[in-house]
Amino acid sequence: MAVKKMGQQTIRFPLPPKIISAYSIVGPKEGEGPLKDWFDEILEDDMIKEKTWEKAESKMLRSAINASLKNCQKTPEDIDFLLSGDLLNQLMSASYTARDLGIPFYGLYGACSTMTESLSLASMLIDGGFADHVIAATSSHFSTAERQYRFPLEHGNQKPPTAQWTVTGSGALVLASQGAGPVITHITAGKVVDFGVTDANNMGAAMAPAAVDTIAIHFSDTGRSPDFYDLILTGDLGQLGKQIAKDLLTEKGFNVESVYNDCGVMIFDSINQDTHCGGSGCGCSASVFCGNIYKRMMKKELKNVLLVSTGALLSTISTQQGESIPGIAHAVAVSI
Amino acid sequence: MSQKKNRMNQKYNYYVNNVAPKPKYISNCIKAFFTGGTVCIIGFILQKWIQSKGLDQKTASSIVIMILIFSAQFLTGLGVFDDIVKFAGAGLIVPITGFANSIVSPAMEYKKEGIVLGVGAKLFSLAGPVLVWGFSASVIIGIIYAIIT
Repeated sequence: MAVKKMGQQTIRFPLPPKIISAYSIVGPKEGEGPLKDWFDEILEDDMIKEKTWEKAESKMLRSAINASLKNCQKTPEDIDFLLSGDLLNQLMSASYTARDLGIPFYGLYGACSTMTESLSLASMLIDGGFADHVIAATSSHFSTAERQYRFPLEHGNQKPPTAQWTVTGSGALVLASQGAGPVITHITAGKVVDFGVTDANNMGAAMAPAAVDTIAIHFSDTGRSPDFYDLILTGDLGQLGKQIAKDLLTEKGFNVESVYNDCGVMIFDSINQDTHCGGSGCGCSASVFCGNIYKRMMKKELKNVLLVSTGALLSTISTQQGESIPGIAHAVAVSI
Repeated sequence: MSQKKNRMNQKYNYYVNNVAPKPKYISNCIKAFFTGGTVCIIGFILQKWIQSKGLDQKTASSIVIMILIFSAQFLTGLGVFDDIVKFAGAGLIVPITGFANSIVSPAMEYKKEGIVLGVGAKLFSLAGPVLVWGFSASVIIGIIYAIIT
């Protein structure tokens, strides 16, 4: 019997896993943004002396994982599982990182929702008694995403104002059954929600309904209200998606105005950095959570946070075939 | 898809279109007009100058096209063409400069996948459709022209 499940889509952890370590790495552009003082490491060059962008992304993810291990004095041998994913075809960055680390690996694809997808599954592995230490990590890189999903980097074009900027960044979290740090109390798994948006340059609008669906179900499943949280943080809806999510939540009767924010909005100064609607990518919610939120929780500035990473499950083929963009959002409730 | 879901989607998309920020059509058009015009003026001045050196008009305009293509390729190689286009928009994409950029940018990008399957296969990934449908249209128009005259 599923004794830990509550309501429709939520799981409560009687033995909440602890986040004992976090590490974030971002690229130079993110390192000039409003959160620059929070990131653990800012790359001077987003190629990191590698020959290809893909190798650079993989190196960034590997460095984040290694540094998060170092922070809690663990070695790869201490870790039972690595749950990781990225935006690239066949999870190139995560797979090559896992090859070099030698930790048992589950590759996950949740588009930009991978941070909370990996956190959710990692928490279940620990609470279920299957593991003592699990790493949840993810990355994205502007240049690898751009060449896979859009145009060559040097191609001249004008992006529409609804477009977002893929974050070059990576975040790694070490979860443990024992230790000190914020705990994951609940997770709410998201459904795939599709409201028929077909514009691949407007992913905020495509993903916002999924985020709203997951947040609303989280409240009804747990009996919590927006007041319970100091911060409800969506992954990468951007300015437009944030506005839409707020409107839709208000329509459903949840007033989140004072506690709601979005990682994609926080990470860039959209006017001065020319990022249009804000940041996107797995690395967006990963680096903001590992950099900013985790540290603020450790300082007890934030006590209860609901992280809702959002993903647009589109591919280049689905876009070319005129399919609409399915969105997904997984919620993770973190408390200290 | 059920009708109800369809209606819901339509309603949502209508709402999204209303709240979404719109491109600045007027200022984009003005910028494109002046940058595109500047390219044409430069081309014209070059052509007249080359003609003044004793070449006929046809040869001179071919040389001008080569100079414009080279400039766009060179600026693409330096990594600044895309930054200029961000401002200029159609003013630089519509002239031959945009075409040059759409061939050089994949050549640079896909070099990492090798000379054959990278550069060779992807060189025309952006310009290819323009060529295919440009040639097709010219053939059809040519046939129509032959029939009429």
